[in-house]
Amino acid sequence: MSATIFAVATSRGKAGVAIVRVSGPRALEALAAFNVVAVQARRATLRRLVHAGEVVDEAVILWFPKGQSFSGEDIIEFQLHGSVAVVAAVLAVLGQLDGFRLAEAGEFTRRALENGVLDLTQVEGLADLIDAETEAQRRQAQRVLSGAIGVRVAGWRRDLLRAAALIEATIDFADEDLPVDVLDEVRELVDALRLDFQREIDGSRVSERLRDGFELALIGAPNVGKSSLLNALAGREAAITSAVAGTTRDVIEVRLDIGGLPVTILDTAGLRETEDEIERLGVGLARSRARAADLRILLVEPGGQPAEFELGPDDIILETKADLFPGVGRVSSVTGDGLADLLTRIENILNGRMAAVGVLSGERQRNALYLGIEALDSAKGWLYMGYAHVELAAADLRSVAQALEYLVGRIGVEALLDEIFSSFCIGK
Amino acid sequence: MFHVKHFDVIVIGGGHAGTEAAAASARAGAITALVTIKVQSIGVMSCNPAIGGLGKGHLVREIDALDGIMGRAADLSGIQFRLLNRKKGPAVQGPRTQADRSLYQAAVQRLLSETPGLKVIEAEVADLALEGGRIAGVILADGQLVKSNAVVLTAGTFLNGVIHIGQESRPGGRMGDKASDLLGARLSEMGLQRGRLKTGTPPRLDGKTIDWSQVDTQPGDSDPMMLSFLSNSPHVRQIECGITHTNERTHDIVRANLSLSSMYSGKIEGVGPRYCPSIEDKVMRFFDKTSHQVFLEPEGLTTDIVYPNGISSSLPVDVQEAYVHSIQGLGHARLLQPAYAIEYDYFNPMGLSDTLELRVLPGLYLAGQINGTTGYEEAAAQGLVAGLNAALSASDRDPAVFHRAESYIGVMVDDLTSHGVTEPYRMFTSRAEYRLYLRADNADQRLTHRGIELGIVSRERANSFCDKMTKAVDLRNSLEATTLSSRCLHEQGIRVSDDGRKRSGLEILGAYGAEVGAMKALLPDYDRADPKIAHQVFVDATYARYLSRQQSEIDQLRSQESVKIDAGLNYGEIAGLSNEMKIKLSERRPGTLAQAARIEGVTPAALALVFAKVRKQKQSKEAV
Repeated sequence: MSATIFAVATSRGKAGVAIVRVSGPRALEALAAFNVVAVQARRATLRRLVHAGEVVDEAVILWFPKGQSFSGEDIIEFQLHGSVAVVAAVLAVLGQLDGFRLAEAGEFTRRALENGVLDLTQVEGLADLIDAETEAQRRQAQRVLSGAIGVRVAGWRRDLLRAAALIEATIDFADEDLPVDVLDEVRELVDALRLDFQREIDGSRVSERLRDGFELALIGAPNVGKSSLLNALAGREAAITSAVAGTTRDVIEVRLDIGGLPVTILDTAGLRETEDEIERLGVGLARSRARAADLRILLVEPGGQPAEFELGPDDIILETKADLFPGVGRVSSVTGDGLADLLTRIENILNGRMAAVGVLSGERQRNALYLGIEALDSAKGWLYMGYAHVELAAADLRSVAQALEYLVGRIGVEALLDEIFSSFCIGK
Repeated sequence: MFHVKHFDVIVIGGGHAGTEAAAASARAGAITALVTIKVQSIGVMSCNPAIGGLGKGHLVREIDALDGIMGRAADLSGIQFRLLNRKKGPAVQGPRTQADRSLYQAAVQRLLSETPGLKVIEAEVADLALEGGRIAGVILADGQLVKSNAVVLTAGTFLNGVIHIGQESRPGGRMGDKASDLLGARLSEMGLQRGRLKTGTPPRLDGKTIDWSQVDTQPGDSDPMMLSFLSNSPHVRQIECGITHTNERTHDIVRANLSLSSMYSGKIEGVGPRYCPSIEDKVMRFFDKTSHQVFLEPEGLTTDIVYPNGISSSLPVDVQEAYVHSIQGLGHARLLQPAYAIEYDYFNPMGLSDTLELRVLPGLYLAGQINGTTGYEEAAAQGLVAGLNAALSASDRDPAVFHRAESYIGVMVDDLTSHGVTEPYRMFTSRAEYRLYLRADNADQRLTHRGIELGIVSRERANSFCDKMTKAVDLRNSLEATTLSSRCLHEQGIRVSDDGRKRSGLEILGAYGAEVGAMKALLPDYDRADPKIAHQVFVDATYARYLSRQQSEIDQLRSQESVKIDAGLNYGEIAGLSNEMKIKLSERRPGTLAQAARIEGVTPAALALVFAKVRKQKQSKEAV
């Protein structure tokens, strides 16, 4: 019989509520340990926890029976008052019970996986869900959690199987008079798969932005008001501002939630030629970070010359200092004029990018698809030679299938589990 | 009758499985008896007069690499050699030959008679003798007990065999032979799962009544690839085959009489092979095709019998005559023997271990059609595995298991024992995931050294193999040591990128080996080498990149294989396994994590769970 595990599922420290979760075949014994008589399944019940004649706490208790719980096992959750002392007392009692032990990192989820409640891509999605900061992040994680990758991979596998079957027929039934040239259909399937994989990889970059945040770089000539805008957006003095040109040297980052999307605003050094070595390094850094960012806002003083920088199609050119030079579309970090419009504009642009969001996220999954693309390209090469080396095209298609198996976690089970669960916190 | 009443191994049946089993057992040093109802029928080809093909040719080369008899017998009797898929890559090329039936039979019988330690007995086996839950020998129809340490049963289509021609049916294992079911009943008693399959054969035609001027002909290859590594060229006169086609009229006749076909009137319940369809199946399933190919294959040099490959059937004889006569060139062809379908029993091979030994009855091995396969080559390869292992177990030696990463034999045994069959199992190259390595050309490189270690390879073959290997390794080394600059490659018209990198001769051979003229100039050692050796090195070089990739897959497979699952593992106890998984795994009882992973529908989650359980068991064992 496997051990019954327990852990604090909420963050440590003082808080309103602390949840202690117990999962395993003997989870119900945790109730008896606190003199709690049977509670109803899946109903919140308020009970006094009494141990050795002492009242430990008054807690809301939830029982998720085996087969209907997150881990697939019996789960008892104690919603305690968020006091360090209370939590410590409850853990101490549980630790003394026979067959109980403290959970390891990610062990609840690992059990969910092992009990067939979740598949691997769902588990990876869960890790994201737990860390979700914004609404859009949560939605995306939910999407992954519903098994969207499995569904997509099933479709790819079907196409792959069709392509492979066509090739195999020409190999194993060489003596039969096959009807038509099947290689055209194989080529079409290979091309379509390649396109899909590429789209998914591109989409995964967006997914990743959702997870890790979009980067928005503020660029422009010195003293055009980049740091002031940053502070205005952040609602605090995140960057030092002064009338002296070249105040900002390093890149300053502020993380915001814009319309549910996580956005990191980068304030950068003003772009100009300079003799000051430190400032010159700052300018270089500004350019490279700005180039790598998802979106750039080039700030210009009304009537001023925009700093030289190659912009992308979505990038924004923004006039500042509307308090001094009023005008349509200008912003003022002093009065706040135009800021709301700017935020809406940013939100619209990023939402546009979101349309391409994929179900994949993470390097491991993306690498699997890169391997797939490599093999598809190789297969394409052989297919252009006609039938002379169809067996190698077939070998390549097999590699693609392998890559998909890797993506969903059928291959290398052990290594994969370790990799994933090591990224979990204890109690999840 | 005979004096010895005890053998190490008894093989029941003299077909392709039985003969190969008996020969392998005797080569492995066991005193072996081959018991068959009719000695004269040993080595008979009951269906088409050909050996080899795609996947099948690979099996024959592997049998030959282990010094079996099928390849040599095929070469001694081959009358038309063709390498199938000659225009595709070497990994999927399969050697095949038409064989003279009587020469083939004579060759098999001679090779058996030359095998020391092998005795052939003509008798009917009525029952198996058991002792303490183990096989102890066989009981003959006359009541005699013949003892042995192990028994190989190769009953072919004789278990509960029923022959169907139109609306007529009668018991029988092959035209002219009687069916035996006593043994089948015995196996059923042991609780083995029994199923029913069907196969068919076309009518035989009198070649003198075929108008050969009206049909196309197909010659053999001018530079034939032989089936045995020991042969260099055909032994007998070579012939051409005819090719003709069915037409709309043929199809009309078949369609009009469909209700008279045993198969289509519901008389046959057994499942037939999809890839070897009868003429009824072809007409019904591929209704938009107005014509199908028919190969007219002479059955030998001294007979007029012709085997029309492609028109097997279970229609009544008069309908068969009508549709045959509708085909170009066959207008007056006389039927010497009608086409027929045959139904027979097989036992679910999932009851066998990877040595083809029955799990429930140690010492009894099953090989051939009784395991649900079709084809001479499939039968022979199983015979070799069963016979060899029966001999090894009789002398308490370790079993010889063939891995799917090293041979088609291993692929087949693994497929059969871990997945069972739903239709007659035939070998295809696509069944082998490591196909680029499992080639007909390198079967000896893959298996002969193993055969030498097992002591089942003759000195003659061992010497010729070692000689070949030495030469191949020398040539490979010399090519590896040859470096070529991009300039000198350009001069020979080979367009490598101008990166200043020196390339090895082997690398260039792998990428540009087809450009013969350039190779001649660039690689003089290669040009001078024995053509057979040179070709071998060329093929290896061609696949080098893919082979190293496959190797890492194989390593992964082996690491999952090293996770052994206890045969007594109680899947019901594993918390959280869905009921579906519990049932699947309890039924299949995978021996390793790799086998579990190959069971259809087993999820990664279930695998992880089984893996965790195995690890836990191991830890608690170590703790004790």
